[in-house]
Amino acid sequence: MRSTTIIFTSLIIALLFVYSGCGSGNGNGSGGALSNASAAEKVYVAPGEYDKYYEFFSGGFSGQVTVHGLPSGRLLKTIPVFSLDGEKGYGFNEETKPMLMTTFGFVPWDDSHHPKLSQTDGVHDGNFLFINGNNTPRIARIDLSTFETTEILQIPNSAGCHASPYPTQNTEYLVAGTRFSVPIPQKDISIDRFKEDFKGTFTFISGGQEPGTMDIAFQILAPGYDYDLAHCGKGVSHGWTFFTSYNVEQANTLKEKNASQYDKDYIAAVNWKKAEEYIAQGKFHEWPSEYYHNYYSDKTHSATATKKKGVKVLIPSECPGLIYYLPTPKSPHGVDVSPTGEYIVGSGKLSADLTVHSFAKMLAAIEAEKYDDVIDGIPVLKFDAILAGTVSSGGLGPLHTEFDGRGNGYTSFFISSEVVKWSLETYEVVDRLPAYYSIGHLSIPGGGSMEPWENGKYLIAMNKITKDRYLPTGPELAHSAQLYDISGDKMELLLDFPTMGEPHYAQGILASKIIDRQVKFFPLEENEHPHRALTEAETKVIREGNEVHIYGTMIRSHFAPDNIEGIKVGDKVFWHITNLEQDWDVPHGLAVMGANNAELLIMPGQTETLLWEPKTEGVYPFYCTDFCSALHQEMQGYIRVSAKNSKTKMKWRLDEEVFGE
Amino acid sequence: MKSKIFIFLALVFVMLINACGGESNKKEKKGKFAPTAKVKPMTFEEAQADWKNQKGLGPIDKVVLGELNTELAKKGEDIYILKCTACHAPDKEKLGPAPVGVLDRRTPEWILNMILNPEEMALKDPIGRGLLMKYNTVMANQGLTKDDARAVLEYFRTL
Repeated sequence: MRSTTIIFTSLIIALLFVYSGCGSGNGNGSGGALSNASAAEKVYVAPGEYDKYYEFFSGGFSGQVTVHGLPSGRLLKTIPVFSLDGEKGYGFNEETKPMLMTTFGFVPWDDSHHPKLSQTDGVHDGNFLFINGNNTPRIARIDLSTFETTEILQIPNSAGCHASPYPTQNTEYLVAGTRFSVPIPQKDISIDRFKEDFKGTFTFISGGQEPGTMDIAFQILAPGYDYDLAHCGKGVSHGWTFFTSYNVEQANTLKEKNASQYDKDYIAAVNWKKAEEYIAQGKFHEWPSEYYHNYYSDKTHSATATKKKGVKVLIPSECPGLIYYLPTPKSPHGVDVSPTGEYIVGSGKLSADLTVHSFAKMLAAIEAEKYDDVIDGIPVLKFDAILAGTVSSGGLGPLHTEFDGRGNGYTSFFISSEVVKWSLETYEVVDRLPAYYSIGHLSIPGGGSMEPWENGKYLIAMNKITKDRYLPTGPELAHSAQLYDISGDKMELLLDFPTMGEPHYAQGILASKIIDRQVKFFPLEENEHPHRALTEAETKVIREGNEVHIYGTMIRSHFAPDNIEGIKVGDKVFWHITNLEQDWDVPHGLAVMGANNAELLIMPGQTETLLWEPKTEGVYPFYCTDFCSALHQEMQGYIRVSAKNSKTKMKWRLDEEVFGE
Repeated sequence: MKSKIFIFLALVFVMLINACGGESNKKEKKGKFAPTAKVKPMTFEEAQADWKNQKGLGPIDKVVLGELNTELAKKGEDIYILKCTACHAPDKEKLGPAPVGVLDRRTPEWILNMILNPEEMALKDPIGRGLLMKYNTVMANQGLTKDDARAVLEYFRTL
């Protein structure tokens, strides 16, 4: 009887315990262990399960893109874009070197900023990701069936490709605005001539939805301000692109102070449909500007770099109605367009408030010619005539805004380090949460498009300062991203996770939009690489003067050939290796002792080439780097290097198959 | 009375535990290499002796070999050269066995399942496992379709 009572009592306690445990899915964001457990549950992705979202982060000054899963924050992949990557041999192997060609020569690094997904009807379609290189102006395409960089276009007549790539509603164009005004075209003049001779440009790039065809459609010459960020109109404002500017003071020294003198700068509203009309009418200037277009084919598994010449340039004073300036307070940074396309949000980064312009009012002001001024043929619209409302935030330093599907905007505040949620109807602040620390961009998956996924489920803050958020790692700390649940009335901080470089901006998409188009291997039948060897019978070693071409293959777990003799000091040895595997996730690597570049990491069905220039006589091993089977350690070979004037005959071998001169 | 409450509470408790645990159970989805069929434990030798009844594990249940289709065999030879010769010579051992005469020691179903499902065959089929022990390596899955594999089988008939 007594034991029954004990069991009875413990059952009641256990019952209460189990019950409260079950209910923990509705955390309210307040502190305490229960809330942490609830947050943990919301980001937990069980072993073997998939995340619901892909989130593509800019690698910032790493020049790359990283792919994370949400809500877990797990790092899924680093995609090399503008910078060399020894892991994948990107920019080191012969096939991808042309990707980094520019009119400045081979440029092996850049500062990547804004990953933007391609759009169809204003919604992210999952076809491509585009990202800009800020330092040596370029735009790259990443194919989301392979997660590889497949195209890079250089932007001529530009400096500081920051306001980019920001696609239009159907990716008719990608855009690029110049953060640094420079002499255009470039020439040797005194920097003191800034006000007179320095200009900015707005570039429109065509071919976004057709791989291999990206090109400069046209450029617009603009007054010499600093054009900072952009967004294209959508819905009602489709056909327009908005660029923020600062430094309308046109200072060229100590900009920190001298570019912050005036009360207002301008958002440039560019009517690109009008631009198309002017181009069709031939009202453009043909400039002999040079730029590179680099394209990587998944058939030849190789990139080609093509130097192009000539761009069409429109001058606003010759093209009425092409651009209007929208005055916006305090050095606006981000310009963001609401899902319907009606509201244009300018974030004056030295201000406490957000300025919301109305597209309908803008059109009315243009119609009624409500101008304050005209600068180089560009009318400056009256501020009061276009203003829809002001969000008095109570914060400081607004930078960027994205939207949910419930009529709210979410704005990052750098100086006060917080996310502020406000209503697009009332312009009232409805919620705010701190970010740790100094938030730059924020991202709501789909929150820059016409249809935020799940009406806005998550928000990611990308923070510039990390300080005490993680275990210290010396002077440099990984930048921190933070994940918030924004599906309820109150935002809730769920997770911190580290990122690569500076995660300048990120965009997310439902995994289901991309997952089915994934390439698992490249069919050997479709391999058009000029130096492929599709079977071991096709392997060979050919000498052409001091160049030696090895046509080799790899499969679990051997190279063919794996013994090579007849190489001489001073030779340039090209290892053209084809991975004969036809199965998912079976890459093989090639590492050659003393190589002055990197490894090859060759996907199934792909051919890649390593250039090796042996300096001294000897016999050197080569091996597979990517653990491929139980006999991976056996996947190795030898190459013999003889003296420059030796008589060693060319010979290559696999097992009993011996070939040679 | 007390015991009735006791039983009731115990029932509710079990129900709640089940309700809570249900989600995580659901998440235990079947992995790629989860068992798909019960295989009678057999040694390599026993299975080889019984080869006429060994169909292997995989997508192929039944194959009817009609008259030799030379066109299909030619297609199969091309596929074999491209996808298989890195490890298999037609008539002598290389890294794996030679396919010459294979229909005198394996059923057509077994051959196709071995081509299409080599990982599971190496782990669970008694002959597949024996071959893994003998050749020290799991045969690579070369991504052949069922039609490709059938063509390769037709080529094997010509050897």
